[in-house]
Amino acid sequence: MTKSEDELTWKDLEIASIVTEPGSASKYKTGDWRSQRPTYKFKKCIKCGLCWIFCPQACIYQDDEGYFVADLYHCYGCGICAKECPTGVITMVEEGE
Amino acid sequence: MPSKIGMEVSVAIGEAVRLANADVIAAYPITPQTHIVEHLAELVADGKLDAEFMPVESEHSAMSACLGSAAVGARTFTATAGQGLELMHEVLYIASSMRLPIVMTVVNRALSAPLSVWGDHSDAMAVRDTGWIQIFAENGQEVVDNVLCAFRIAEDRRVLLPVMVHLDGFHLSHMIEPILLPEQGEVDQFLPPNQYPLPLDPNKPVTMGDFGPPAIYTETKWAQEVNLRQAKEVILQVWNEFGDTFGRHYTPVECYRCEDCRVLLLTMGSFSETAMSAIDKMRSEGNDVGLIRLRLWRPFPFDEIRQAVRNAEVLIVLDRALSFGGPGGPVCSEIKSALYQSGRKLKIVGFVGGLGGRDISIAGFEEIINRGIEISEVGSPHEFEIFGVRE
Amino acid sequence: MRAFESLQGRFYGDEEAIVIDTAQLVEIRWHGRGGQGAVTSAELLAQAAIYEDKYAQAFPSFGPERRGAPVQAFVRISHNQPIRNRAGVTQPDVVVVLDPGLLSIVDVTSGLKKNGIVVLNTTKQAEQIRQEFGISSALAMVDATTIARELLGVPITNTTMIGAVVRATELIKLESLFESVRRRFARLAERNIEAMKRAYEETVVEELAIDQIGR
Repeated sequence: MTKSEDELTWKDLEIASIVTEPGSASKYKTGDWRSQRPTYKFKKCIKCGLCWIFCPQACIYQDDEGYFVADLYHCYGCGICAKECPTGVITMVEEGE
Repeated sequence: MPSKIGMEVSVAIGEAVRLANADVIAAYPITPQTHIVEHLAELVADGKLDAEFMPVESEHSAMSACLGSAAVGARTFTATAGQGLELMHEVLYIASSMRLPIVMTVVNRALSAPLSVWGDHSDAMAVRDTGWIQIFAENGQEVVDNVLCAFRIAEDRRVLLPVMVHLDGFHLSHMIEPILLPEQGEVDQFLPPNQYPLPLDPNKPVTMGDFGPPAIYTETKWAQEVNLRQAKEVILQVWNEFGDTFGRHYTPVECYRCEDCRVLLLTMGSFSETAMSAIDKMRSEGNDVGLIRLRLWRPFPFDEIRQAVRNAEVLIVLDRALSFGGPGGPVCSEIKSALYQSGRKLKIVGFVGGLGGRDISIAGFEEIINRGIEISEVGSPHEFEIFGVRE
Repeated sequence: MRAFESLQGRFYGDEEAIVIDTAQLVEIRWHGRGGQGAVTSAELLAQAAIYEDKYAQAFPSFGPERRGAPVQAFVRISHNQPIRNRAGVTQPDVVVVLDPGLLSIVDVTSGLKKNGIVVLNTTKQAEQIRQEFGISSALAMVDATTIARELLGVPITNTTMIGAVVRATELIKLESLFESVRRRFARLAERNIEAMKRAYEETVVEELAIDQIGR
């Protein structure tokens, strides 16, 4: 859909407004919501994956080296990953300007 | 060539659902619908109907289960009555706005309090706005035929809306009458398999029942309204095809001896049959009266109603439900609204009667018509007339 | 047989029938107790009539019921016109009483048409019944309880009494009932059919009381 929500006419709608594009919610830039962001000291990381399990946005992914890191397009800075990390890898810092 | 068999209408409904080869039946028992679901449970248990019978814990759950079933493309059926219909109220709106083809027979029963298991239309009138296609049946054969048509209408690609077939509690549901059940082959020809265009399918994921913020809600509702109105065309086509195939023709509004009549009575449901006898009697006595029977309730047949009353001077409407503190009978108020728009000047007199299983005899109908004519001449201080109340 | 003739006269063009579609209509009211099968007999009779290509309907007095309480069931049979009336039968042509004990607690003849007939399960004579309960209409009597006990082993008289109804009114052929009974009762069907046949043989039809003739 190239039209925004405000532009859609009733004829544009699918039957019962069924959304046929799977995973379309990922387009929302929830990263804009955060006031804190996670920072990492990967030296301490044991790659347990607990932060990945607990992230409510499911926005943590494993990079090429196997470390778990948040995708900042979606991360809304809740800090749960920092709380759950057993080795203190993650520190939440105030979002810059 | 099938012949008529004497059977209870509720059982005949079960047979119709069997002939339609429904896939899922999710229902909760409530008088006077029980014989329908009991018979269906037996058919499934005996292996005569290959379907999933879900004995759910309430009518709210029944309709919720039907939503899920219809969403995956299964041919879905349920039945309820009175309080049961009210219990599933919120889910009814969801079924229609999610465009899910579900067929439900509603055995019209009066709403409590006081507790009544007997028939009237209060349950049906309470769900007027739910967006379902609604058809009223007058006798057992009509119920059977319209259950078959309902599946065809609901599942049509141009419709995709749930359908209610209303039948009067006890007076229809528990009546043994001659029923002609079509042959399986004929039904298979008439009813193609259900092919919901966008079902829930892990291979082709979709999202159903999403949020509708203010920016988009109006558009979704207008789309739904246009769709329900346009469904009428499909309903007429299906009824025509049914008539050509099985020999019994149905129309949204039926005129009984009403051509060029000065005075018309309008009824819905099984009372129409008794009313026809009253009309016969009054006409044989020289009275210029006729009967209009309303069969298609939603989408409301504006054109057919306006056409049916075009030559009349007095229209008497009998409601079997009462809208408290309002204009009285719901059907009468809708008829008035429909005719107001058309600018037709017609004296309309509303009666409310037959509540909670109260019978109206042939003599009773004569009284209603005569009183209606009287009121059309001298007027009345009341919004409507209550019939048969002991004072 | 006078009652039979008068009943026949009732069916075909009786001057009382002013409404067009009830001229060929027969209305029957059954009286029984909950659990005695009054509704079943009404259904079987209607189904047999439909089997003969007639129009018929059967239904119980509607509502929650319980064992032992007086119940009613209704049947309408029309030879050639669809039946449109669905209200309860208030002016029956025929009244059937399955349980003689009901006579003292229910006014079974309420609304009974002038040339109507009461079909009664009883061991008493007509004279006794007329005196005791003030019934002056035509009567058809059979000891259905004994027949049921002997042939079915239980004093449930519903199927037996259908035989009496057929004998009293000749509304349908007895054979038409066998089909619906077989479908309904499976292995007990034949015994019920025997009971029906025996009631048909043993029912005594008595015309109007002497002092009612000519009214």
